[in-house]
Amino acid sequence: MRHIISVLVRNHPGVLSHVVGLFTQRSYNIESLAAGVTENPEITRITIVVTGDERVLDQMMKQVNKLVDVLQVNDLKYSQAITRELAIITIKTSPQSRREVIEIANVFNAKIVDMSEDTITLELSGTERVLQNLVRLLNPANIDEMARTGTIALSLKSSEQ
Amino acid sequence: MKKTGAKIFVETLREHKIGTVFGYPGGVLLPIYDELYHADIRHILTRHEQGAIHAADGYARATGKTGVCIATSGPGACNLVTGLATAFMDSVPLVAFTGQVPTTMLGNDSFQEADIYGISIPITKYNYLVKETSHLKEIMYEAFHLANSGRPGPVLIDLPKDVQAIEINNPPIPKLTLPQKPKCPVEERNKRIEEIAALIQDSKCPVIYAGGGIIISGANEILQKLAEKISAPGTTILMGKGGFPEDHELSLGMLGMHGTRYANYAVSECDLLLAVGARFDDRVTGKVSTFAAKAKIIHLDIDPAEVGKIIQTDAFVIGDAQEVLELLCKKVKKKTNKEWLKQIHAWKKEYPLSYEKKSNVISPQYVVEQIYEQTAGQAIITTEVGQNQMWAAQYFKTSKPRTFITSGGLGTMGYGFPAAIGAKTGCPERIVFDVAGDGSFQMNIQELATAVYNKINVKIALLNNGCLGMVRQWQEIFYGRRYSQTTLQGNPDFVKVAEGYGAVGIRVEKPNEVPSAIQKAIEIDRPVVIDFHVDPEANVFPMVPPGGAINQMLDREQK
Repeated sequence: MRHIISVLVRNHPGVLSHVVGLFTQRSYNIESLAAGVTENPEITRITIVVTGDERVLDQMMKQVNKLVDVLQVNDLKYSQAITRELAIITIKTSPQSRREVIEIANVFNAKIVDMSEDTITLELSGTERVLQNLVRLLNPANIDEMARTGTIALSLKSSEQ
Repeated sequence: MKKTGAKIFVETLREHKIGTVFGYPGGVLLPIYDELYHADIRHILTRHEQGAIHAADGYARATGKTGVCIATSGPGACNLVTGLATAFMDSVPLVAFTGQVPTTMLGNDSFQEADIYGISIPITKYNYLVKETSHLKEIMYEAFHLANSGRPGPVLIDLPKDVQAIEINNPPIPKLTLPQKPKCPVEERNKRIEEIAALIQDSKCPVIYAGGGIIISGANEILQKLAEKISAPGTTILMGKGGFPEDHELSLGMLGMHGTRYANYAVSECDLLLAVGARFDDRVTGKVSTFAAKAKIIHLDIDPAEVGKIIQTDAFVIGDAQEVLELLCKKVKKKTNKEWLKQIHAWKKEYPLSYEKKSNVISPQYVVEQIYEQTAGQAIITTEVGQNQMWAAQYFKTSKPRTFITSGGLGTMGYGFPAAIGAKTGCPERIVFDVAGDGSFQMNIQELATAVYNKINVKIALLNNGCLGMVRQWQEIFYGRRYSQTTLQGNPDFVKVAEGYGAVGIRVEKPNEVPSAIQKAIEIDRPVVIDFHVDPEANVFPMVPPGGAINQMLDREQK
């Protein structure tokens, strides 16, 4: 099962090594990891998507929480969190296929950020599922390059009420 | 007044009442060693950095104080790795300082540069690379706090040469700003303790399983009081030896792979297992699904991550063992468990630990028994790893905490001798014996020079069987006696080696010479190596085959 773990850490040098290292040491699987500063410049939020059963997740959370630099660890339920990922995708195009790519982009509300004689570059943010759908429809064979940020997430305040 | 980083380093050690450090200098440590030259700190120069860190570890385990070691950059720092991992596995408070190339040369593959910060992340509780002299004091305060609080562990501080040399204004005593972890509210904790007390009250066949947390917390007395109050037999694992007196009528001795039959039976049959300061290691549980399968499992530990890591618990409390046991002891009512204790007594009578005594060749177990006899059980024992370690654990009945010092989690060969040097440094009035094998002893045999020069009069009881006994034992039982690479041909004459270093060597070849040799070694006011030529056929029994249920044990008759 997939889980989103949101970790708040002291913004110290080496803190990312400690967190990432822990996952390798204990042989937990990371699907994606994204780190960035929070509203407080001294605190970084690391969002990690992991797979494992409840017991593995429980251990993971406890082990992460033990790290000296870790301030807080939360298991964000997909249904109670707002999740987003950003992708930039460059697609090989011919004069014949260009039209179709633009149509697909429009359906997904993806932004065209660059265009050359034989490529189009799209930008899309959305849930992981939306990004996957886009990739599928663009046909991976036509994708020249792709960069994705990994999921970031916050809990939905409205679902807490 | 301006001060160099090196001066701040020494002063901060003094502020933490560090009187002894173990170390080995090097190019990038020159500022610190220049400061140590006239400092009021005893520096014990070992002959290998691994010797230094194991000695600091032995010092910490024997005294409960934080051990300190120093090594230079690159190879020196890398030589600490085994010692850090050893201390990390067994929760030993250490602060290890490493020299590092100057900050301006970091990352350039400079001479003797190694990324010890990166290397040591998974084997330390925390680690630091000090980039500014102005951070040094605060980092040292944090490190000493972290090393010896909560679940203790090793902390490493990497010190570039320029950080040691630069002069800054005298820094003030820092205030710690470490993040605080959320704690279980007192009411909830008390409620849980009451629930546990009720479970204990309902049980008819309780067993206490005591680990290293008892020793670290100093909870041995309250544990004994609780055991007596609820009439629960107590088993101590390797790390817990000394946490519950093994000469007590409620003691079951050691649990697990080479535990006593009665301890393993008791845990397999009990209806309640109270685990305190222990982590259900695979050498203890054997096959997890059959471990204490009939019991409600209660886990008291300071580390929340240990609860539910290996085994599902029915109740738990996170906290310091002594504190929690004090509260629990008040809540439980006296009970007798007559039938259960009768059963325990019957098992003890039927399945005592035993070994084969031969008239012409020394049994290694006999040597351990004799060390116990000749020291009236009052010695501090350190061990190496392998058969020597298990025989020491089985036959040296430990009754006090911090007197049985062994590498339990990592199983580090070469640990015992330098650890003995550290233990003796911390407790100079005690007799300290390293129960060693000829394989392990040779891994840090160079520390004879350290012991002799510094007059650290430890005794090495070398159970010399000419082979890597424990691996050989597995080859004998599980690999058709194909003794691949386990015979130590080319062993030196250990008596001559001892004498070459200026220690005393005693060779013992006959069983009847064992007691007098031990007595003589105790009386000689120098480091002594007693080279016991022991039965190479002797094996450690009982034994639970790896991954087996702990009540399915092999004995020497049925191997």
